[in-house]
Amino acid sequence: MDGAKFDDAVTGEQNIRNFNINFGPQHPAAHGVLRLVLELDGEIVERCDPHIVLLDRGTEKLMESRTYLQNLPYFDRLDYVAPMNQEHAWCLAIEKLTGVEVPRRGSLIRVLYSEIGRILNHLLSVTTQAMDVGALTPPLWGFEEREKLMCFYERACGARLHAAYFRPGGVHQDIPDDLLDDIDLWAMEFPRVLADIDGLLTENRIFKQRNCDIGVVSEQEILDYGFSGVMVRGSGMAWDLRRAQPYECYDEFGFQIPVGKNGDCYDRYLVRMEEMRQSLSIIRQAIGKLREATGDVMARGKLSPPKRGDMKTSMESLIHHFKLYTEGPWARR
Amino acid sequence: MTEALQELGTQIAAKRPDCVLSWAIAFDELTVDVAPADIVGLVEFLRADNTCKFSSLVDITAVDYPERGKRLDAVYHFLSMYQNHRIRLRVSIRQDDMGPSIVDVHPSANWFEREIFDMFGILFSGHPDLRRILTDYGFRGYPLRKDFPTTGYTEVRYDEAEKRVVYEPVNLVQEYRQFDFMSPWEGAEYILPGDEKEGAK
Repeated sequence: MDGAKFDDAVTGEQNIRNFNINFGPQHPAAHGVLRLVLELDGEIVERCDPHIVLLDRGTEKLMESRTYLQNLPYFDRLDYVAPMNQEHAWCLAIEKLTGVEVPRRGSLIRVLYSEIGRILNHLLSVTTQAMDVGALTPPLWGFEEREKLMCFYERACGARLHAAYFRPGGVHQDIPDDLLDDIDLWAMEFPRVLADIDGLLTENRIFKQRNCDIGVVSEQEILDYGFSGVMVRGSGMAWDLRRAQPYECYDEFGFQIPVGKNGDCYDRYLVRMEEMRQSLSIIRQAIGKLREATGDVMARGKLSPPKRGDMKTSMESLIHHFKLYTEGPWARR
Repeated sequence: MTEALQELGTQIAAKRPDCVLSWAIAFDELTVDVAPADIVGLVEFLRADNTCKFSSLVDITAVDYPERGKRLDAVYHFLSMYQNHRIRLRVSIRQDDMGPSIVDVHPSANWFEREIFDMFGILFSGHPDLRRILTDYGFRGYPLRKDFPTTGYTEVRYDEAEKRVVYEPVNLVQEYRQFDFMSPWEGAEYILPGDEKEGAK
C-alpha cells in the first residue's frame, strides 16, 4: 500500500488498488490442478489468467507410439465422470476409418451405456452445481445413484471407472440378462430420486437467487466461443448431435430435446434435469430392444480379437489373437 | 450426405476460386486445402455465407510430416448448427513460416492457436497473446512434433538436500518400450548382439 506518504487531500480510499491473488493449483475448489492468477476489486474478478498447464497429461504424445487397443484406456482417464462416452468417440473414429460395422447387439449395449454415462455426467453436474451455491444434500443423494450406476459399469466390464469396455468393432463382452433386469429396476426407481432432487432445488428460493440470470450466454457467444451440448441448449438452440447427426443407432430411439429460454445457469440446470429423464427413456427403450437382439457384440475381423471358443479349436484364431495384442492392427503397413 | 457435401464443395470452390487450392470428400467429410495467406478471408466467407454458415469453430489442430518441405499442416474444423454440416480446412505451413491468426473472426481460436503454437511451434501473426498454454513453465521444444521424444528431455524430482524440485536431463533405467517386431531372419536393420565379431574375422 502507498500508505507511507499520507496526504490530507488524498483519502485512504483513493489509494486502494486491486488485489492480486494466486488461486491453486492445489485448492479444493479448483476441481483438479487448475491455477488462476486473479486480479480482484473487492469481490469482483477484474482479470483472470488461467494456467491450465498442470491439467495436461500428454495423452496425444503417449498415443503416438501405441496401437488402437492400447490407446483405448487413455480415454477413460480423460473424462472420469462418464468414461465410456469418451471411449465411444475413439471407437467411432476407428470404425469410420476402417469401415467396420458394429453388430446390432453391440450397438445397443453402447447406446445403453452411453446414456448411463450421460446420467452419471448430469448427476454430477446438477448436484455439484447445487453444492457450489450452498446446498450439501443434493450431492449426497446424487452420488448414491452414481454409485449404483458405477456398479452397472463394474458388472459389464469389471471396473468402476477405467472401463475399457467399448472396443473398436463393438463392446468387449456381452452383458448377462440379470444385469439388464437390474438396470431396468433401477430405471423404475430413479425417477423418484430425480423428483426428490427436483423438489429440493427447482423452486428453492436460494437456489434460484444464485442461479437465475447468472452466467447468461447469448446465441452470439455460443458461436464465438464454440459451445456445444447443454451450453447451447440452455440458450434456446435445439442442437443435439444424437438428433442432428445420429451416430450408433440413435436414429431409432424416440427422445425429446429440452431447450432453455434465458441461457442462464438456472435454465441449464432445468435442461440437465429433463435430459436425465430423456436418457432414462432411452435406457428403457434400449433394454427392450436388447431383450430381442441376440447375437454377437463385436464385429469379428482383423480389428477385433477372435472368440475364446474359436481360439481353442482354430490355430489361425490363436495366431490372430497373439498378433493383435502384441503388434496391433497398426503393424500391417 | 455425400451429395450435399459434393454440392457444398463445388459451391465454395466456385465462389472463392482464389482461396481453394483443392477439395475432396473422404469418409463423408469435406476437406478443403487452403493457402496460408487466404485462410482468414475464407473463414470469414464460410461464416458469413448463407449456404455455408460455418459459425462454430470446433477445433484447430495440426499434423507434423517431418519428411515434407512444408512440414506442418494446420487443420481447422468448423460446424454449422444452422445448416447441420461440417467442414475441414487444411493449411500447409513451413516450419519457420507464420500463419495468420483467425482470432478476429472466431474468438475461440485464441486458445486453440496458443495450443498449436505450444505443441507444434506454428506461429500465428496477429494473435493477441501467443504464449505457451499446456507445457510446463520454461519448457523448450514442441512436444507433438514427430522428432520430439515421448520421454522428453528433462525430468523433475524433489531434492531432499536442496528442499526443492529440481530439473534434470532424462535418465531412463529401462529402454522406452518401443518394440521392434522385425524378425532378424527377415533382414532386420540392426546387428544382432554377437554378430559384430563376424566382420572382424
